[in-house]
Amino acid sequence: MDRAGWMLLLASLPLLLFLAVPLLALILRTSSGDVLITLFDSSVADAIKLSIVTTLITAGITVCAGTPLAYLLARRKFIGRTIVDVLIDLPIVLPPSVAGIALLIAFGRRGLLGAALHNLQVDIPFTEIAVILAQLFVASPFFIKSAAAGFATVDRDLEQAAAIDGASPSKIFWTVTLPLSLPSVAGGVVMTWARALGEFGATIIFAGNFPGRTQTMPLAIYMGFEIDLRVALTLALILLILSFLILATVKGLLRRRIALFN
Amino acid sequence: MVDRKILIGFTLILGFMTARHQMSAAHTEKRVELIVFAASSLADAFQAIGRDFDTANQDIHVTYNFAGSQQLLQQIVQGAPVDVFAPASRKQIDAAVASDQIDSSSVETFAHNRLVVIVPKKNDAGLKSLHDLARPNLKIVLADKAVPAGQYTVEFLDRFSRGRSADKQFKEDVLKNVVSYEENVRAVLSKVVIGEADAGIVYTSDISRDTAHRIDRISIPDSLNVIGDYPIALSKNAKHRDAAQRFVEYILSANGQATLSEFGLLPAAAPAKR
Repeated sequence: MDRAGWMLLLASLPLLLFLAVPLLALILRTSSGDVLITLFDSSVADAIKLSIVTTLITAGITVCAGTPLAYLLARRKFIGRTIVDVLIDLPIVLPPSVAGIALLIAFGRRGLLGAALHNLQVDIPFTEIAVILAQLFVASPFFIKSAAAGFATVDRDLEQAAAIDGASPSKIFWTVTLPLSLPSVAGGVVMTWARALGEFGATIIFAGNFPGRTQTMPLAIYMGFEIDLRVALTLALILLILSFLILATVKGLLRRRIALFN
Repeated sequence: MVDRKILIGFTLILGFMTARHQMSAAHTEKRVELIVFAASSLADAFQAIGRDFDTANQDIHVTYNFAGSQQLLQQIVQGAPVDVFAPASRKQIDAAVASDQIDSSSVETFAHNRLVVIVPKKNDAGLKSLHDLARPNLKIVLADKAVPAGQYTVEFLDRFSRGRSADKQFKEDVLKNVVSYEENVRAVLSKVVIGEADAGIVYTSDISRDTAHRIDRISIPDSLNVIGDYPIALSKNAKHRDAAQRFVEYILSANGQATLSEFGLLPAAAPAKR
């Protein structure tokens, strides 16, 4: 590294340390014995299982329903496009508690849509579906934004060349557009998944807190902080390691892929 | 390069000056800031008392931190600055005393509280008596056992189940209806008020004037009710011990007690029925 590089590193150090120290404290404070004991606690296992299942479903729904939206935003000009764009940004900037209250008064049994659902014997609050909806609301915009940015950078000439060769629009998407924008698309999936995994505020308001049904890892960590700090620390550590591994793996894979392209 | 250094130096000096200026501004306003950590169930009553107390004491300004009692305890144990601690049960005071944060000689009981069952005004489930809570397919929201209200709720259910032999299943049946254990008692109230829950159990003091007309109450008889004691105590590390002492005295005074009962709390002098 050159001299300027070292200067930059020196200037970056305070914030870098600030970000690392709390995580380090979490690791140092948790004993491996506590981790083993609490792992066999059924409510802890339930929370981990619930978190993994619900976040995977959230990520799946986001990809299926979010891809057309991302493509639309990247490729078409239409009236109200700015409004749609802002609408997708809003869940990112809103406090999650606002999202929770909004979901409750929309899908609650006295809510805007929930009342009709209630008449059909469908109640969403306090269920696993509420957990997924809360995650979808706060986390899906990350994928949409990232995928749309990826689609927008794909060279249109390559797509047109494929079209001239007789490829159908769907074939062009799968063989040209998607592979070229894959880093952004995959990065978006990971961001959405990670945000869903950490979701707390909207979940506790909209889905409530019931062990095994709606108590995800962040909720179990919060309640554990009030009852048993060991449970909170263990779950926090697991969440930290899980997030770190997934983020590191995906970033590593993407870097290799980009290197291959070049 | 030199120019840039000067600019950075200048900015830093300016920053320090502003900070110092702000500090001295806070100093010249001669009110001392009294920091009170109080259970969320005390929020309404204590805010009213704080206004009265500030008016009566021009040299003090009360600042509150309202949260679940257990969370407040954790904050105090971790060294949060606090002058007065008022959790919703004796347990947290004892724990704070054990960790050497609270002066044990200053502990006083200043009020009592009792539980009440609440149902939405538009009572679709048609709940009228305590027995109705055991009917199948209800949505009941309770406070989590992490907070005193949750512990008292379990105690009430136990007492009811121990009563008559026909009621032996009561607790089990009620717990089957629970859809959420909320992290604080105010969240229980909110979910009943908006009608998402068929019933909930809260403190009588949680029901403010605003919410009173949006719910109906099913009272719990004294023999089954758990009367919670509200203790208050001074921090060992209180910055403003004298002000803290005056605040506690005000709460125990006739004026303070009158405000507390306005908000549904039972005064300290009332005998706590067990």
